[in-house]
Amino acid sequence: MNKVTLYTNARLLDPDSGLDIKGELLTINGEIAALDKKVEAPENAKIIDLKGNCLCPGLIDMRVFIGIPGADYKDTIKNTGEAAAAGGVTTVCVQPDSDPIIDSIPHIEYLASRAKNALVNFIAMPAVTKKLEGKEISEIGIMSKAGHNAFTDCSRTIENAALMNRIFKYASAFDALIITHLAEPNLSKNGCMNAGELATRLGLPGIPTAAETIVLERDMRLLKSSNCRYHASQVTCADSIEVLKNAKRNGYSVTAGVAVPHISLNEYAIEDYRTFAKLSPPLRSEDDRVAVIEALKDGTIDVIVSGHDPEDPETKRVPFEQAEAGVIGLETLLNICLEMYHNESIDLLSILAKMTSNPAKIMGLESGRLKVGAPADLCVFDLNVPYRVDAKKMISITKNTCFDGRPVQGRVVKTVVRGESVYEYAS
Amino acid sequence: MSTSQPSFPHQHLLGIEGLKEADISQIIDLADKYVDQNRQTNKKKDLLEGLTQINLFFENSTRTRMSFELAGKRLGADVINMSMSTSSIKKGETLIDTASTLNAMRPDLLVVRHGSAGAVKLLSRKVDCAVINAGDGKHEHPTQALLDALTIRRRKGRLARLTVAICGDILHSRVARSNIHLLNIMGARVRLIAPPTLIPIGAEKLGAEVFHCMEEGLKGCDIIMMLRLQTERMQGGYFPSISEYFSLYGLDYEKLGHAKDDALIMHPGPMNRGVEIDAAVADDLTRSVIQEQVEMGVAVRMACIDLLTRAKRGVN
Repeated sequence: MNKVTLYTNARLLDPDSGLDIKGELLTINGEIAALDKKVEAPENAKIIDLKGNCLCPGLIDMRVFIGIPGADYKDTIKNTGEAAAAGGVTTVCVQPDSDPIIDSIPHIEYLASRAKNALVNFIAMPAVTKKLEGKEISEIGIMSKAGHNAFTDCSRTIENAALMNRIFKYASAFDALIITHLAEPNLSKNGCMNAGELATRLGLPGIPTAAETIVLERDMRLLKSSNCRYHASQVTCADSIEVLKNAKRNGYSVTAGVAVPHISLNEYAIEDYRTFAKLSPPLRSEDDRVAVIEALKDGTIDVIVSGHDPEDPETKRVPFEQAEAGVIGLETLLNICLEMYHNESIDLLSILAKMTSNPAKIMGLESGRLKVGAPADLCVFDLNVPYRVDAKKMISITKNTCFDGRPVQGRVVKTVVRGESVYEYAS
Repeated sequence: MSTSQPSFPHQHLLGIEGLKEADISQIIDLADKYVDQNRQTNKKKDLLEGLTQINLFFENSTRTRMSFELAGKRLGADVINMSMSTSSIKKGETLIDTASTLNAMRPDLLVVRHGSAGAVKLLSRKVDCAVINAGDGKHEHPTQALLDALTIRRRKGRLARLTVAICGDILHSRVARSNIHLLNIMGARVRLIAPPTLIPIGAEKLGAEVFHCMEEGLKGCDIIMMLRLQTERMQGGYFPSISEYFSLYGLDYEKLGHAKDDALIMHPGPMNRGVEIDAAVADDLTRSVIQEQVEMGVAVRMACIDLLTRAKRGVN
């Protein structure tokens, strides 16, 4: 029997086509079947009144860690799926540094089998180098041909420039996407926050922005001799943005992302040694944060990620230098980003594009658009409702959010994956 | 003693940053009186009778720990020393577990040194008693700055408008950070003298003038604070050699000649003779107040312990 649902009384938002109208959207058997001001629905359609709320493509999060390595794999996948659904995220790109490390087809299949019953889509992002060691190229060709063609060493930088050069060349033969983490190892070693006056005041070892920019500059130089598709996972400073801008101007197939905390917080969030704001790369200066917003606005930065990284609270209840870096973020991806709409920095469709159509294009996914024939992965949100982020109410098992108590406007009220409702906000 | 004084407005002493001029004056005024007491034959008071002070040192220390121990004992407290580098920390106990365990023993004062910046503050949130920071990583060492201030004030009569040069390994020094804060609060002028690799980023913004030429930096200085070169925190490449360092940044009579004729030489100890300071200069009793600093250390720590336990003792 066909499963038919008609969503009525919605503000339809499709960043890809620029659509922003009051209308209706019909899904049949997990696909979008029609969308318009008025849609003729079959008789058996279940009708859901969205009460004027926004309806956009389900969010695609390109940087998600599925949990504390060594913790119960299955349970963290289930929980990650639930947290994603609550955040309007319908596709999570799983970083490979789980246990086991995802660096080959069997590991991808293992993850897929584990994630079969998860609420949202899990896409494996396999490692660029075997076991993330930065020494040997993983089986990029075989994995790409099997449809897994976005690779990353997630939180590690490939230090060896000769190896990086070969990776770019090799990957270009398979149209693989290489996603990088930008932190020159020697400049980053022992560092735990942005280098600068505050680090000096707190007596903490700093990581200069140069650590990020140097790697990006090196990679751009190497890309000159290959056509590899390149995505900088997180850019956090004005200097890196300048390098990106040049590369894009010169026609390189380069894209870039940024994580939500770097959009909305600066280094002062860690004052008083708040380990919940310890990140890699670290939170930067206010000038850099403003540059990031500008780069989102002018399109230099294409993607916004949550960087969702559940950490055992015990690894955060230690002195700052010893604390693990990482924050959860699936449930605060959309509402924190909507700040840029409410404070009139960036228009709504452009913000949504960074979490829907842009990552879909970069990753080669069918989702991320409101289009007939596209998967019915949808996010429904109330654009204006004001409240405070409350860590205690979060679905994520670990509560290491850096936004607890922050006043926000906008809330996900419903999430749909392949036509099925996977989340409903209950007040 | 001094029950008429205003009460000390802080629960803990975790750093100099955040203190006011009046707070610092209150501590060193009181310490001044304890200097006299410590010079008498009977140095002991029963002010803190029945109170327990625990010195919790996660980093090796002999001088500072002894100074705090002596200060507590001279005020009549029961003092216990715990050296955590040889204790349960090796069994994997977390800092917060250690804090809870100690808190259950109902101490009245904790003196804590830890290798990580912010660790003492973290611990202070988990205990009910007053906490004194005896040094946390590269962050602060407030009692060292206070004892330096007392030493200077007794010799020069004031802190305001003096020019103080802090020389050497500023990058790795919590003593330098605490001193920069304190001297700024008290209206002194601070200069930092070191090779660029040993000056932390943004040091000027903390309120200091930076010099890379020692002769230039010492010109007209009233006070010269030398810092120990913390080679144990350096993994190579901060400067070419000890002999180059000594020749450019070691304090000898020739460089000393650029400072004021009555400039005083200070050092928080332990000294590396022939590295940051020439042995003869260090021992020159007409210029060096290094031994006096040690004496002031006990008095300043007595003052801090006294002030921070007043609420507990029901004294104003």
